[in-house]
Amino acid sequence: MDTQKQLDDFQKRIDNGEKIEPKDWMPERYRKQLIRMMSQHAHSEIVGMLPEGNWITRVPSLKRKMVLLAKVQDEAGHGLYLYSGTETLGVTRKELIEDYIYGNAKYSSIFNYPTLTYADICVIGWLVDGAAIVNQTMLAKSSYGPYARANLRICKEESFHKKQGYEMLAKMANGTPEQRKMAQDAVNRWWWPTLMMFGPHDSDSPNSAELIKWGVKTKTNDELRRHFVDRTVMEAEAIGITLPDPELSYNEETGHWDFGAIPWDEFWSVVKGDGPMNLERIKARKIAYEEGEWVRKAAKEYARKRKLEKAS
Amino acid sequence: MSTFDTIPQTRQEALVEVLLRLADDRLILGHRLSEWAGHGPELEEDLALANIALDMIGHASALYEYAAKLDNKPDEDYFAYFRDDIDFKNIALAELPRGDFAFTIARQFLFSLFSYFLYKDLIEIVEDEQFNGMLQKHFKEIKYHLRHSREWVLRLGDGTDESKSRIQNAFDNIWMYTGEMFEIDEPFKAAIEHNLYTKVAKWQSEWRTFVNSTLTEATLTVPDYEQYMFTGARSGRHTEYLGHLLAQMQFLRRSYPDAEWK
Repeated sequence: MDTQKQLDDFQKRIDNGEKIEPKDWMPERYRKQLIRMMSQHAHSEIVGMLPEGNWITRVPSLKRKMVLLAKVQDEAGHGLYLYSGTETLGVTRKELIEDYIYGNAKYSSIFNYPTLTYADICVIGWLVDGAAIVNQTMLAKSSYGPYARANLRICKEESFHKKQGYEMLAKMANGTPEQRKMAQDAVNRWWWPTLMMFGPHDSDSPNSAELIKWGVKTKTNDELRRHFVDRTVMEAEAIGITLPDPELSYNEETGHWDFGAIPWDEFWSVVKGDGPMNLERIKARKIAYEEGEWVRKAAKEYARKRKLEKAS
Repeated sequence: MSTFDTIPQTRQEALVEVLLRLADDRLILGHRLSEWAGHGPELEEDLALANIALDMIGHASALYEYAAKLDNKPDEDYFAYFRDDIDFKNIALAELPRGDFAFTIARQFLFSLFSYFLYKDLIEIVEDEQFNGMLQKHFKEIKYHLRHSREWVLRLGDGTDESKSRIQNAFDNIWMYTGEMFEIDEPFKAAIEHNLYTKVAKWQSEWRTFVNSTLTEATLTVPDYEQYMFTGARSGRHTEYLGHLLAQMQFLRRSYPDAEWK
């Protein structure tokens, strides 16, 4: 059991803005919360490769094909160092992966939506990565050292992805009638799910207060969402895209944009597994994992043989 | 000879032909590798295969860009998106479906080795500065591709019984598509005249020596070099797989050719 003195000392370190490192003492609950958050983040990077991978073979120019491949490669890299970061908390990558393939571990619900046209790839870059940046910029200041550093690195690459997505979407939004239609349609489909990425309202978010107290997060879901909406409204306007919310309006008093009601029923239903692509995403990851087993076994066996050789 | 073959008459025509052949190999195989994104056996391999795919498509794009300049075509995308299967000049080995991880590795090893010896020779003889610059730049990445796939051939060959039988099968099945790497047809003969391609005899034997030593180290059996070999893809006589690959790759660009997609 964690003693009150340990908890108080820990809280003092957090309040002083100190970073917690893997070998430092930490409350069990802090460790658990971090494992949950970091592994969810890692799973999201990996599952996120699927909706984008869906377009790699069909990207309409070589330049953009390379951009997408590089992005997907970055995501594998993010997943890799997030899993490594999580392993510092005393769990293995294998356990974590099996937890979302066979268990109940979650990943970002945004990846349970399908990528229907190439414009979706641009919108994922602009909106989804844009939202991720808002979240990860905050997490780069997280109290857990390895997680803070991972987010710092991830943010740099995500900013690049966002810029590329936005740039191509701008071209489509100002392109031929077909391109304009695809661009607007993609924004219509991705807008609300993107707003849901920040999680439930503060009043419905059971973990928030604790995470903020421990400095894992420094802003609430609603604060982050508002920040995202504020900056995205201008970006949409600049390229002639309409955000699909008739209630979106500038509030002189608060200095922020007010927006309409988020369809939370849909959010909870997708989180619980009933989304358009939930089954497909898990199935694809499961197949990759199971079909890859013989490869991982072979690598292990080969390494074992070499070690034996060295010893003899 | 295929329906559209014309033997390059000038140095420039020969250069365009060589650029396109090298580029097509790389685009098509890069495409197959890119199909692995998100489906690899482990995260490190998702990363590695996407990285190699990116390199290969990057090489193709640079080669196409130069060919477009010489051949008065709009840009690199012209060659990738607006030609039909009978116009593509890649060897058939590149277009075969991605298969399992063993097949991907066997193919990548044989192809990277082919690229390694070919580029090494070309760098020595090609006088065209721009082409030679590309070869040198790409050669560095080819060395990494070769190392990556060779290490996996060893791991799979000398790993478990299952991995051994899978990689052996992969080599056995792909073997008949290796002959095209070493064919010298009329267009290549013309290129050799202009120091834009090399006589293969020397590096074909180097290639075999390297293959033999790697497969032996991996405790695998080297398939028969004298068996039936597929031929014709360089002049447009492809397998049925290429058409489907192109249908996917080209559909959007061809549906809206006048739109800006770069």
